[in-house]
Amino acid sequence: MSTVFKPVPPAAMPLRFATPIGGVAGTSFKPEHLPAILEGGPRRGFFEVHAENYMGAGGPPHRTLETIRRDHPLSLHGVCMSIGGPRPLDKAHLARFRGLVARYQPALVSEHLAWSTHETSFFNDLLPLPYTQATLACVCDHIDQVQEAIRRPLLLENPSTYVAFRESSMRETEFIRAIAERTGCGLLLDVNNVFVSASNQGYSALDYLADFPLSRVGEIHLAGHAEQADDEGDLLLIDSHDGPVADAVWKLYEVVIRRRGAVPTLIEWDSRIPDWPVLQAEAAAAQAILDRHQSTAMAGDRHAA
Amino acid sequence: MLPESGLSFAASFAPALLDPARSTPDIVTGPSGKAANRRYDVYRNNVTVSLIDALAAIYPAVQRITGTDFFRAMARFHVRSNPPTSPLLFEYGRDFPEFIAQYEHAREMPWLADVARIERAWLDAYHAADAVPLSPARLSAVTPDRLADLVFIPHPAARCLRSQYAAVTIFAANRDGAPVMRIDASTPEDALITRGEFDVTVRRLPPGGAVFADSLISGRPLGEAAALALEAASEFDIAANIAGLIEAGAFTSLSCGDPS
Repeated sequence: MSTVFKPVPPAAMPLRFATPIGGVAGTSFKPEHLPAILEGGPRRGFFEVHAENYMGAGGPPHRTLETIRRDHPLSLHGVCMSIGGPRPLDKAHLARFRGLVARYQPALVSEHLAWSTHETSFFNDLLPLPYTQATLACVCDHIDQVQEAIRRPLLLENPSTYVAFRESSMRETEFIRAIAERTGCGLLLDVNNVFVSASNQGYSALDYLADFPLSRVGEIHLAGHAEQADDEGDLLLIDSHDGPVADAVWKLYEVVIRRRGAVPTLIEWDSRIPDWPVLQAEAAAAQAILDRHQSTAMAGDRHAA
Repeated sequence: MLPESGLSFAASFAPALLDPARSTPDIVTGPSGKAANRRYDVYRNNVTVSLIDALAAIYPAVQRITGTDFFRAMARFHVRSNPPTSPLLFEYGRDFPEFIAQYEHAREMPWLADVARIERAWLDAYHAADAVPLSPARLSAVTPDRLADLVFIPHPAARCLRSQYAAVTIFAANRDGAPVMRIDASTPEDALITRGEFDVTVRRLPPGGAVFADSLISGRPLGEAAALALEAASEFDIAANIAGLIEAGAFTSLSCGDPS
């Protein structure tokens, strides 16, 4: 495991800022799509991978990622750092993450406001945390460590949640804003998560977005969700990533782009994965919104001049 | 170590995730006083199902043999008693073959655990470090008087497994979707797992081949490995076996080992 990721002393590595990739749409990279992607040749857009899938020492996963990276910008999306957990970060895991950032030079690097490991068990899910001064201090400390290790700002993703904590004393937007201000991290705004959490927690998604520090958003996620019911028989939305983006989420996305301007946008699709053209078409729909906004913005600039 | 003040939420939230007998942690709630049982169950379900899916992805042949329902029931027991300890899911399930060997409903398939061991070794070979396999020309260049002292450096992906059953044939027949013919499970088979240029391959070793491969992989000199293999199987063919191992990419280099 350690043969590939040679430890680099943080001080010896210059602080890097992401190469801006502008208002382009990308997709999750799934190895089953590789032949179709290669057949299409280099294209506008970027690919996002889950960092943990490429933390093996060698073999086909790295060959595949090298192939993808050669022709396209990459977004490295960590899923298991457990930044939101009370336990100290796993140093070995942090070193592997740093190794991937150094090796593949991704344009975007992100992780979640969630936890997944407790004591010795890894739960493989993005688990929720209460929003208090104590958890805020702990999360900020973890983000400081990650940013120190990778020598660049991290984008932190807002979660989708199904429960609330009795002890929470801050709104999620307030909590996230405080993290960004204290650590200097950027934000990954998952618009589907906003829609899912707002519905599940009984608040307005538009109010949430109005209160969200949009100026710090460096990437947007869009994904599909599923419907279940809560104990009272009311709608409970599940962040399932297994289908197309819902119309209501597209509408929220347009609101965000109008306010924030064009930022890299990812179509996230992780289970019941469709053929490449279907995924590509979802990305094209996001790209159309980004392009429309960018041309309107340019026309507005000309008008103003 | 006690969590710092205000950080006990994970210790309260985690225990019921994999234990259906425990009730919803009382630190969580729904909005406006709503209940949180079905809400918390979303997390229980995500954890359990995703870990069962992880085992299914690591052990596809085992799942094909047992059928999906049998596999998922067996995997659910394992997930609940042995959750992963690493955030890298491709490291998960190392103790699953032993769990299968002890699983009472799998007793009629005594070879199933060995098929699982091959699948686990397959995944380890898949993620193993990259290395250029030894060229056959390197062996040809060694003078006969030095052959017995040759020591081979194993490729990081190379593994050898022995089975009292036809585990290699059963593995190979169930790894893809092709129809499976009747297999005599009682023939002992040994497996060599390697990764040459790109793909992982699983080969069946001839009699004596596993002793030979194991000995070389663990660093014994060629002469010693050959003697052990001949002891295990009188028909053992040294030249064919060494050529086969090199061709499979089991080694990266060799040295005319100074005795130390």
